Amino acid sequence: MPVKKRATSTMPLQLRYLAHARSGDKGDTANVGLIALEPEHYPLLVNEVTVARVARHFRGMVKGVERFELPNLNALNFLLHGALDGGGTISLKTDAQGKVFSTALLRMEVPVPAALARTLLKRPAP
Amino acid sequence: MSRRTVRVAAGQGFWGDWLEAPVRQVEGGPIDYLMMDYLAEVTMSIMQKQKSRNPEAGFARDFPQVIERILPTLVAKDIRVTSNAGGVNPRGCAEAVLAAARRKGLGVKVGLVSGDDLLPRLDELLAAGHELRDMDTGRPLADIRDKVLSANAYIGMAPIAEALDLGARIVVTGRVTDTGLTLGPLVHEFGWDHDDWDRIAAGTVAGHIIECGAQASGGNLLRDWRKVRGLADPGFPIAEVSDDGSFVITKHAGTGGIVNVPSVTEQLVYEMGDPTNYITPDGVADFTSIRLAQRGRNQVAVSGITGGPRTPMLKVSIAWFYGYKAVGTLVYSWPDALEKAQAADRILRQRLKDLGLEFEQVLTEYVGVNATHGPLAGEASPDLPEVQLRVGVRAREKAPVERFTREIAPLVLTGPPSVTGFAGGRPQVEEIVAYWPALIDRRAVEPHIKVEILEA
Repeated sequence: MPVKKRATSTMPLQLRYLAHARSGDKGDTANVGLIALEPEHYPLLVNEVTVARVARHFRGMVKGVERFELPNLNALNFLLHGALDGGGTISLKTDAQGKVFSTALLRMEVPVPAALARTLLKRPAP
Repeated sequence: MSRRTVRVAAGQGFWGDWLEAPVRQVEGGPIDYLMMDYLAEVTMSIMQKQKSRNPEAGFARDFPQVIERILPTLVAKDIRVTSNAGGVNPRGCAEAVLAAARRKGLGVKVGLVSGDDLLPRLDELLAAGHELRDMDTGRPLADIRDKVLSANAYIGMAPIAEALDLGARIVVTGRVTDTGLTLGPLVHEFGWDHDDWDRIAAGTVAGHIIECGAQASGGNLLRDWRKVRGLADPGFPIAEVSDDGSFVITKHAGTGGIVNVPSVTEQLVYEMGDPTNYITPDGVADFTSIRLAQRGRNQVAVSGITGGPRTPMLKVSIAWFYGYKAVGTLVYSWPDALEKAQAADRILRQRLKDLGLEFEQVLTEYVGVNATHGPLAGEASPDLPEVQLRVGVRAREKAPVERFTREIAPLVLTGPPSVTGFAGGRPQVEEIVAYWPALIDRRAVEPHIKVEILEA
């Protein structure tokens, strides 16, 4: 049987070209707010930045992932449980307060329509 | 409905924030309230430690000092101040403010809010069946009762609004929520009902946006960070709130930084949990209802906020003595900087083992390679100009941590070559005061909340 060809070809693109982010802590949980750079890219984030992908991205670094949607802010909020080695004052990590999990998430690659990816790659990433 | 707005300006986002900010806020343009948030999760425990050594300490000493500096302006421009600088000793803080006012020869009414401190009543509360279980682990507080250093309920805006109703110019509190410091003035000014949930949520969101100071107005802003100008003199955020609960976030003209939809959005998602359920003692805000719009240069309009009723429980911040930690660092240079640092780490660990020292954890990070993003940073370049070896240890007993601090410097002459960066001396042994978040029935706290007016 012939394999059905996908309508558009995609290529992997780092989230830094699609979103900005800020992170913080609550105990041993880090949160990352992921905000679309352009409102029209928010649906792409909703579809591609899934709990499963984020958990795989941070494997060995976190114990669980939860996701919440904020369409009004074109943002997703991720809770990364068990990310801070005990958190607060107990943690020995440089990033005990989870301040740069934001940029760690922006390293993640998601499949993006190739034409869009090529356009975004031409701009300087924020 | 009043057409006027109330301007609440952030003057401090944490204990240790920029000392010039409150001065700039009162002098740089019109404001009605200066809101100064000093308390983070671990701050109360640090203050408790200071108070146990000196009963007159236990609050943010920066606060009376800055009040002394700005009091003539506060009086001349009729600006009022709300702050949780009181920490675990709000009375001591209020008295220090009064002493500052006397030195300036200015009369001032200080509102003192107390009743959040549960430490004197802790055994009574436990005996009455309040288990104060750790919200994360479920353990009852009885497990660590003898190690508790401080216990404070997060209280809301009501006593602040009451102190303002009674004519206080400066309101000093202990563990009032960050958002209550903004909401209190709004409830006082507009007379909002305490169960007008949408307005309570709106004032809470305004408070959340400005509570971290310049983090909403260009500081720590990732998006287009190179384009943020003038951060040597950042304008801290100001909420201009209307009676209907809508508000504009802005900053004084002529200051640095930026207020735009991205800067406000990054602050909104900071330390967020479930966005539909942002719980405070005053009510529950739904962050998915917030509408943002750029209205003009450095002006973001915020509207549409909805909320729900307050919960029957209050959060309690408990600090307890956990143990000891220390962090040692050394810097290795090119060539093969990472390989040398890794060799040093192996030698150090062998020595700790040979000495029979036991730790809960020994954590090694290589700054310049994996300290911020761990394995996500990928393979290090073989040509790194330098790498910092950073080793941290933690134990319940002090002795092994103390000995660890003496094992760093010897590596300089007994380990891998091309090492430097040890001029700071031995690492310090730090006491670990851990955070224990719990919930308590608000009826066990609220009857004890007290508002007093003190006058200089």
